[in-house]
Amino acid sequence: MIHFNKFTLPNGLRVIVHEDHTTPMAVVNVLYDVGARDENPEKTGFAHLFEHLMFGGSVNIPVYDEPLQRAGGENNAYTTNDLTNYYVQLPAQNLETAFWLESDRMLSLAFSRKSLDVQRKVVSEEFKEHYINMPYGDVWKILRELSYKKHPYRWLTIGRELSHIEQAKLEDVRNFFLEHYNPSNAILAVGGNVQTDEVKRLAEKWFGEIPAGKKFNHDVPREPEQTAARFMEVTEEVPLDALYKCFPIFPRLDPRYYVVDLITDILSGGGSSRLYQTLVKEKKLFSSIDCYHFGSLDAGLITIEGKLIKGIKMQDADKAVEEILQDITEKTVSEEELQKVKNRTESLIAFEDMSLLSRCNNLAFFELLGDAAIMNDEIKRYGTISVEDIRRVSKTIFTPEHSNTLYYFAKNKLHDQQKTVA
Amino acid sequence: MINRKQSPDIKNSVEFEIKLPPVESFHLDNGIPVYLVPAQEQETLQLEWVFDAGNWYEAAPMIASAANNLLKNGTTNKTALQINETIEYYGAFLSVQCNHQFASVVLHCLEKHLVSLLPVIREILTSATIPEQELEIYKQNGKQRLSVNLQKCDFVANRNMDKYLFGEDHPYGRYSTMEAFDQLQRDRLVAFYKKHYTFNHCKIFIAGKTPRHFDALLNKTFGTDLWNGKQEITQKDFSLQPAAEKKYRITNDPNGVQGAVRIARSFPNRYHPDVPKMQVLNTVLGGYFGSRLMSNIREEKGYTYGIFSVVYVYNTAGFFGILTEAGRDVTEATITESYKEMQRLCNELIPEEELSLVRNYMIGGILGDLDGSFKVIRRWKNLILSGLKEEYFNNAVNIIKTISAKELQQLAQNYFVKDDFYELVVV
Repeated sequence: MIHFNKFTLPNGLRVIVHEDHTTPMAVVNVLYDVGARDENPEKTGFAHLFEHLMFGGSVNIPVYDEPLQRAGGENNAYTTNDLTNYYVQLPAQNLETAFWLESDRMLSLAFSRKSLDVQRKVVSEEFKEHYINMPYGDVWKILRELSYKKHPYRWLTIGRELSHIEQAKLEDVRNFFLEHYNPSNAILAVGGNVQTDEVKRLAEKWFGEIPAGKKFNHDVPREPEQTAARFMEVTEEVPLDALYKCFPIFPRLDPRYYVVDLITDILSGGGSSRLYQTLVKEKKLFSSIDCYHFGSLDAGLITIEGKLIKGIKMQDADKAVEEILQDITEKTVSEEELQKVKNRTESLIAFEDMSLLSRCNNLAFFELLGDAAIMNDEIKRYGTISVEDIRRVSKTIFTPEHSNTLYYFAKNKLHDQQKTVA
Repeated sequence: MINRKQSPDIKNSVEFEIKLPPVESFHLDNGIPVYLVPAQEQETLQLEWVFDAGNWYEAAPMIASAANNLLKNGTTNKTALQINETIEYYGAFLSVQCNHQFASVVLHCLEKHLVSLLPVIREILTSATIPEQELEIYKQNGKQRLSVNLQKCDFVANRNMDKYLFGEDHPYGRYSTMEAFDQLQRDRLVAFYKKHYTFNHCKIFIAGKTPRHFDALLNKTFGTDLWNGKQEITQKDFSLQPAAEKKYRITNDPNGVQGAVRIARSFPNRYHPDVPKMQVLNTVLGGYFGSRLMSNIREEKGYTYGIFSVVYVYNTAGFFGILTEAGRDVTEATITESYKEMQRLCNELIPEEELSLVRNYMIGGILGDLDGSFKVIRRWKNLILSGLKEEYFNNAVNIIKTISAKELQQLAQNYFVKDDFYELVVV
């Protein structure tokens, strides 16, 4: 049970306070309700580029990091398809420094041309490091485009292509800030060795005078239901053939979301899971296999990905995966297997909640979903799932006409040599 | 109106009293030392069984890590699947780790399931069989994973740099190869297991919430017999064989759009008095987001997504290095700028304002890093396994608080000598 207090400032800023007096530290987490799904299809990658620019100085503070480091703090941020989250960890005595810094960049940025020029380059290098210069790095670009036709989940947070980032203008930056970065679209979560009254005083002092701004209306196009299997194959300079299969799932608060989460664990949560045990250990068709989803707000995807043992035919591997998926739609899992994945989920939540930072991240995230208190109901939602739910939901998701299959073939199957030029 | 230009008052690092929270220790009846950092707030628990079974002791490459990996893949009474099913039924996570000196088995679980889990761990440690069939899968899948990693410039750069610094026959410089996988044989792994995973080479580190009568339970499971028998092992000596050639440019992927840049030199082992001082100098140069390398090469020039410097110290040697992945056309410029930043630390004193920022940042980091029993036991484990005492930690904290700009300049002059550095770019 994670305890918290909650209040809203007159300008609309929602504030969550999580007191934990066993730690000397404090966390200040600011979540903005904007992600890659809110981008213009011709200007993708912007939410993430903007996240970089948030460190380029604000209206009254030329450099964000320096005063924070001087206060013994660390910070970082991340952008997903749904949201942008900034967080600070610092000794609790220096809490006010975080309020000062975060409120100033919510008030207004410096909008420096230099910062934009440099961060465009930095993000280009990030793009190269993670998506181009990495074997299989383009897989998610392909899978998103294959699996989504209308919904903006069809592009990556880093952007659909490098040129979108390279062409970003200072004017775009300013407009993006005005539209999304204000108290109406933000959630502040403060945790650690703090007192609610003191947090309230600091929130009013530093954030209270920031104009409310307009609540952004997410006008996200719905993805129409898929009616026919989709299939694609590519051949790339990678050492191993790989198989990917995606099936649409459900929005984050749909009760079936929780069932899907347990299904991913039945299929690949650990050494005794079905895909691993059958396809890696018994049939030896794959050297690795995984099943996962991203927990996105709108309907996401459940994905199965595996690297084939050299010499195994793609069709055979695909067929073996399909047999396992078919099995879970036809036969009910045992009560013991269901209990196993429930126990795993209970553990995962307990270990995640050990970290103060993760608790604060999650409180803000669940407040975005509608109420921070949802966080404390998660275990219960998993607990009520039955073996029949697993079968029923599996049957809904794993149908041929909902499948998106990618055969990723290796062009150069032997890549063990390297050339040295002194 | 508040004055937003004015930063709020802060408490400075030197005013924080940093103390390593205590560790409890006791011995099981058979002499196994146990170290425990208890915590009652959460239901979670971590137990680690550490053995003198690192790659320092192996007779051929990869034996130590293969034996470590396969411990949990079969016992005289259970198949790998049965072991996984038992552990996973209780929502627990079992992992293994192997480094140069030590190898370990780590269990993460909820306190309420510990009683059911300990006998499985006992079984794994005392009656592992390392089945041939499991070894074959391990070899095949390991080779497949290696083939993917060999395509990544950072992976290739890291292993090459280890080889240049220490020599490929030295435990610190040795790396995985297809041939080494092929040559792994079951009987050698079993022999390694029998010699190194014994009660007299075991230490147990625990953090989190322990159940009632925990000491007795632990003793009953691991402390009443001389499991696997008493074995003597000798510390072999290895001489360092650093490469004579210092500069390397490797093309691993002709279409690569980035190059992994590594600039590194040898550094004394963990017991040398310069180590804690170097941690401070390293932080200034490339150890945090506001470091000189990040400010210049990322935030000023945009050559890279990130650039860092590191100090790695082992029992008998160590290294200092700068690492980044940079745009292919700016790798040489990145090297030039890196040397320039090192040279600047040799030529000019670090301004007091920057140094006090770094002190505060480092102390704040340690404060956060002592938050929670899992983090505290990790600190203690590192000290205990290195034969060090709490004073080592206190001394390091004290150095962060007090080292002068002059001393840091002297240190830079001693170690930032261009001719001593290996340089490597892997595209």
